Amino acid sequence: MDRSHRPSLALGHSRRRFVQGLAGGALAAVGARHLGWAADSPSVSQAGATLCGTEFNLEIDALAVNLTGHPAVATAVNGRMPAPLLRWREGDDVTLRVFNRLSVPTSIHWHGMIVPADMDGVPGLSFDGIGPGETYVYRFKVNQSGTYWYHSHSRFQEQTGLYGPIVIEPRRGERHHADREHVVLLSDWTDLDPEHIYRTLKRQSNYFNFDRRTVGGFVDDVRKQGWKPTMADRRMWGQMRMDPTDLADVSGHAYTYLLNGSTPAGNWTGLFRRGEKVRLRFINGSSMTFFDVRIPGLKLTVVAADGQDIEPVTVDEFRIGLAEVYDVIVEPKDDRAYTLFAQSIDRSGYARGTLAPQLGMQAEVPPLDARALLTTMDMGMGHDMGGMDMSAMAGMNHGAVGHGATPHHAPVGYGPNVDSLAMQPQSRLDDPGIGLRDNGRRVLAYADLHTLGGPIDHREAGRDVELHLTGHMERYVWSFNGQKFSESEPLRFNYGERLRLVLVNDSMMNHPIHLHGMWGEVESEQGEFLVRKHTITVQPGQRLTYGVTADALGRWAYHCHLLYHMEAGMFREVRVERASREAANS
Amino acid sequence: MMRCRRLALLYAVLGPLAGSPALGVDPQPPAPTTSGQGTSSEAAHVPPDPPQHTMGDMDYRQMADMMQMDDRGRTGMVLFDQLEWRNSAAGSDFTWDGEAWYGGDTDKVWLRSEGDRVGGTTQNARADLLWDHTFARWWSLQAGGREDFGAGPPRTWAAIGVQGLAANWFKTEATFYAGEQGRTALRFKSEYDLFFTQRLILQPEAEANLYGKSDPERQLGSGLSDLEIGLRLRYEIRREFAPYAGVVWSRQFGGTADRVRASGGNPSDAQFVAGLRAWF
Repeated sequence: MDRSHRPSLALGHSRRRFVQGLAGGALAAVGARHLGWAADSPSVSQAGATLCGTEFNLEIDALAVNLTGHPAVATAVNGRMPAPLLRWREGDDVTLRVFNRLSVPTSIHWHGMIVPADMDGVPGLSFDGIGPGETYVYRFKVNQSGTYWYHSHSRFQEQTGLYGPIVIEPRRGERHHADREHVVLLSDWTDLDPEHIYRTLKRQSNYFNFDRRTVGGFVDDVRKQGWKPTMADRRMWGQMRMDPTDLADVSGHAYTYLLNGSTPAGNWTGLFRRGEKVRLRFINGSSMTFFDVRIPGLKLTVVAADGQDIEPVTVDEFRIGLAEVYDVIVEPKDDRAYTLFAQSIDRSGYARGTLAPQLGMQAEVPPLDARALLTTMDMGMGHDMGGMDMSAMAGMNHGAVGHGATPHHAPVGYGPNVDSLAMQPQSRLDDPGIGLRDNGRRVLAYADLHTLGGPIDHREAGRDVELHLTGHMERYVWSFNGQKFSESEPLRFNYGERLRLVLVNDSMMNHPIHLHGMWGEVESEQGEFLVRKHTITVQPGQRLTYGVTADALGRWAYHCHLLYHMEAGMFREVRVERASREAANS
Repeated sequence: MMRCRRLALLYAVLGPLAGSPALGVDPQPPAPTTSGQGTSSEAAHVPPDPPQHTMGDMDYRQMADMMQMDDRGRTGMVLFDQLEWRNSAAGSDFTWDGEAWYGGDTDKVWLRSEGDRVGGTTQNARADLLWDHTFARWWSLQAGGREDFGAGPPRTWAAIGVQGLAANWFKTEATFYAGEQGRTALRFKSEYDLFFTQRLILQPEAEANLYGKSDPERQLGSGLSDLEIGLRLRYEIRREFAPYAGVVWSRQFGGTADRVRASGGNPSDAQFVAGLRAWF
């Protein structure tokens, strides 16, 4: 982090400009109009931030930017924020020389890439990190295809811009034909120093929540629902010291949401010709933001999840968790502009771009949806609270609930830094998530995802490893099983084994959990293979299971991809070891 | 970048040529996934090679330094909950109430102070220096010392208590003190934030002090000595910076009230206050 370069709290300027950003975008500072990443499109000649081949030189340096009217310093690759698009080909051996021009150590992690442990880019586990003035040479064979991304794994450099897309062309051609494609990389930009954001969350964790319950809301609820249900509801939340409006730790109060590095006002535009099939490669490269994505007027046919081809499924909208990737095909039939609309989960802002037949066009930007409130289901209390008028609670949808889930009671005794336990977690794979239930649109859920070609390992899992996602919002402490990284021992996997990871989300937040080096194969409640992913979002009060084949020797990171949750302790080391060594250790 | 495009085109042409004839079918046909059989994904998946360099074991401190990630990191905060002016009968009165802490998630050093100044002289003031240890989901144990200063002789106390969040977000402190010459004291304080808007916040607050025996030199009687109830309406220009206005009703009881009366004061008083709440 270039702390010294970054301003401290700076919100004195026009709120509107802050939210909308500057039309010029980040690269005003380097004098280029950034048109993003497109292949086979008329704007390709301007897509200067694409690198391809097998040899890459990446230079990490600080970059002066101005996205909101306030000068700030980003962390850039080859002078670009976001970092350049890397195009690889399946089967190639690639060499990436990463040179650090910063005054602090850095690193690059190839998110979702199956690479040897020493190429994975996590300082402390994979390698020593890349010191100032040093170069690290990453070398690996590309054995997969699809959309991925890369980002720093050092401190908060991901928040300041060190993230970029990776597109790998399949050796045997794309399964789903498209006439052209665009990468759509979503992120959250802040003019604040990330160190300041983290400290602020530790001091007052609800600092960035400007949608808290008010006296007026109480009066409205009494009028609509009556005194008793309203009081019961307030008493329940009050007993738990939980806030049903707590959907995002960092909101649009601090963030300007970006699409391919452009602010909403900057309006990144991707071109198409009427009747074409356009492949959109959505990547959530943000540090703390879940996005709900739609393109009013277009159906979205999701054809890949986390780089893996799936049975095409057509939806109106999808939620993309942090670090998740969805490839979507759209077929615009008209010569008009369409808005790419990605609102944050807490409806405090949005990233926006445009698909259009020519530059300079734009379509209506829809209003932000109403903000949902957390429900007892999100607390892992099931959906049968004695005496509670559940129909009165906003956001409930019994239809979307996975009925018949076996309650797995959370073990107690996690210590004082865990503020809630899910007593009746549910599978809920068909639940699109809070704020998307019953919104009148067809919204993607994990149950809709079916990776083609089956799992990478047909064996039954030999054992279950159960981990609870825990935390304390008020103190801003996050952990697995109540243990922060500093308090935990590595999880040990035996080389070659197939095991099942069981994640139970005891907390009230969505957590995108990322295992390095190995795929996670999400199972249905009945244990059938659903989807292969590198990052798996576990909803509040949800119990989710996935198969893992421990075929990657070495030390790996396993963590929540919410950047400040990871920093606050929601991180584990996974060691894949040969059985003999495992036996010696036990 | 033109090279990218040509390569892509070349690849798009060559790819199917290279792949399809060999298979004789559509590229990468979805394989039937029957249990007990290898899947097409299984055939396609290539595990990574073992690392050529493995990282040696290191302790947490070294690991945290290398990762630049440290969940044992320490944070601090300074909060002036009240910096306020009161219009008392005796003239203008300045009071303060604040705290500062520094430490990790479980153990912190905690400093608390409150007091008032009338006409440039500190009247009744104290400072607590405490070790704060989180022991329950919503509560921490505090232990340390307290020093009373201002008018009258200074008093030193040992302190032990709890603070935390009671149900419904009442921020609550309860501390027991033991001083020299068998003096004992109890202090309770609780406050709540009521949101009218996201920035306009009403804070009701109550504080009570009890003493085991009277301390004439500091104008204190035994038993319930004083109770103060405040209502402060603040506007958070920023979360960290909020001017406020409010009313405070305070009342002395028992021997303490007698002493106030004896010196011509009124043991029950309602005052308008204006001040600033600030933290960093």
